[in-house]
Amino acid sequence: MIECLDTISDYAFRSIGFGERLLPRKDFTLCQQFTLIGSGMIWNVYFGVVALLSGFILATAVALGKAARNPVIQKASEWFIFIFRGSPLFIQFFFAYFFFLSLKGQYAFFDPFTAAWLGALIVLFLNTSAYTGEIFYGALQSIPKGDIEAADAYGLSGWSRFRRVIWPTMLRLAWPAYTNEAIFLFHSTTLVFFSGFPAWGQKGDALYYASFFADKTFNPFVPYPILAFYFILLTLVIIGIMSRIAKRLYSHLPKDANRPSFRFRPQIIR
Amino acid sequence: MGFYVSFGTVLLLLAITAPLAMAFGMGGAIAARSKILLLSWFGKGYIAIVRGVPDIAFFLFFVIALDQGIELLRHKIKCPNWPDAIRQGSDFIVCAEAKMPLGNSPQWMHETYGFFIAIFTFAIVFGAFAANVLLGAMRAVPRAQVETAESYGMTSRQTFWRIIVPQMWVYALPGLGNLWMVLIKATPLLFLLGIEDIVYWARELGATKTPQFTAYPHGDWRMWYFLTLLVFYLSFTKISEIILHSAMIRLTRGQATSGGEAQRRTAE
Repeated sequence: MIECLDTISDYAFRSIGFGERLLPRKDFTLCQQFTLIGSGMIWNVYFGVVALLSGFILATAVALGKAARNPVIQKASEWFIFIFRGSPLFIQFFFAYFFFLSLKGQYAFFDPFTAAWLGALIVLFLNTSAYTGEIFYGALQSIPKGDIEAADAYGLSGWSRFRRVIWPTMLRLAWPAYTNEAIFLFHSTTLVFFSGFPAWGQKGDALYYASFFADKTFNPFVPYPILAFYFILLTLVIIGIMSRIAKRLYSHLPKDANRPSFRFRPQIIR
Repeated sequence: MGFYVSFGTVLLLLAITAPLAMAFGMGGAIAARSKILLLSWFGKGYIAIVRGVPDIAFFLFFVIALDQGIELLRHKIKCPNWPDAIRQGSDFIVCAEAKMPLGNSPQWMHETYGFFIAIFTFAIVFGAFAANVLLGAMRAVPRAQVETAESYGMTSRQTFWRIIVPQMWVYALPGLGNLWMVLIKATPLLFLLGIEDIVYWARELGATKTPQFTAYPHGDWRMWYFLTLLVFYLSFTKISEIILHSAMIRLTRGQATSGGEAQRRTAE
């Protein structure tokens, strides 16, 4: 037990470079595996949270762009969504990494872009914007006509109509699908260190450590279930937070209204 | 050359995996619908577990697990008198005859074996998703159709194969189409399973130096190779979208869905 506390203090922040430098070499204990894989989850949460929050804004813009009447903006948004949804995230990571690498060769400014914390984050940000943009676009298309007519009747137009009627209704309609998107964004953060982006100084995410242990022990039956445990926990937390927000979004609606409800629908691989 | 062949590898993987995953999915869906409680639990458990966990974790897990499982099974059969434990600390040791493939077999055997393990893994994972889609589609077949079949005196087996299965495709197609897109996008994961696929070759050929050659006549071209891959996947997705769209039109013909109704209206 004491030993385990030592392990936790050594490795709890190993993934971001604090604590013991050397990873365990032999006699891997369950405690070590739990601590290190949990430490890697810091990266997964970081990538997921930042990409989700920043992607939300771009996604709204992309959805509006796809619904816009201006053909240039519309085509541009459509292509943005198609490119990021139509190709594997894995390849996007690779391409972005080598793209930044060759930029770095010419301009020193791009140095941080080849590191996972920024480069991979940009890819995830664009990727989730495309997926969320498509969800929001779908919601935008299915806003009840009556709502918009009512807004017009009240004399709302332009920004205030968008801010007070269209946007909240869009969010309400999109929320169940958006919750799924959030969950699978977190799942896809595991791809980061398996693509071009290197894990410098063995600072990696949860899957990186899980596969580290699986490689060293030749026993996949311990580290991967631990990883699964952490991800199920994370998924439950996300569902909890998202349904709190949903409660607020739906709070003024009658209780038995025919509101969209969340169902766990995996999008799986991106 | 290997780069071009690897495109074939990807296509071959898709061609084998898709029907296999459909078979797994059909099996899973039938099991989940089964009246036998144990079978139904098995089917539902299969769907639930595979869907709940990040997919690459599954790919990494299954490949090792399958490999070790097969070797363990062969070990039990071929060398029943083996004195040592199989798990010695962090090593997994089976007797030489149980190695899969045999240690002295040629290189292509190893590659093919790895490839089939990969296919099997893909089929298990995508089978679960397909099972979910098919299960939903079977439930979506209008209840009245099933009741009519029952009133004609069909047994539940006949109802299933003659009424539900032919009609469920129109409900399953959007989900299956989505799954196909996802499967296309999952193929670069082959690289993680240690198969020399397009990602592998793009990295190798584009790089300035590799262990095999001391120098390439060009600089770092990996960016362009990956751009090619990106375009390859995008065009593949586009073509699939077009084909699926026309398949959907074909399937909705004469169905009691809003799509079918719209077709009927325009035809009039």
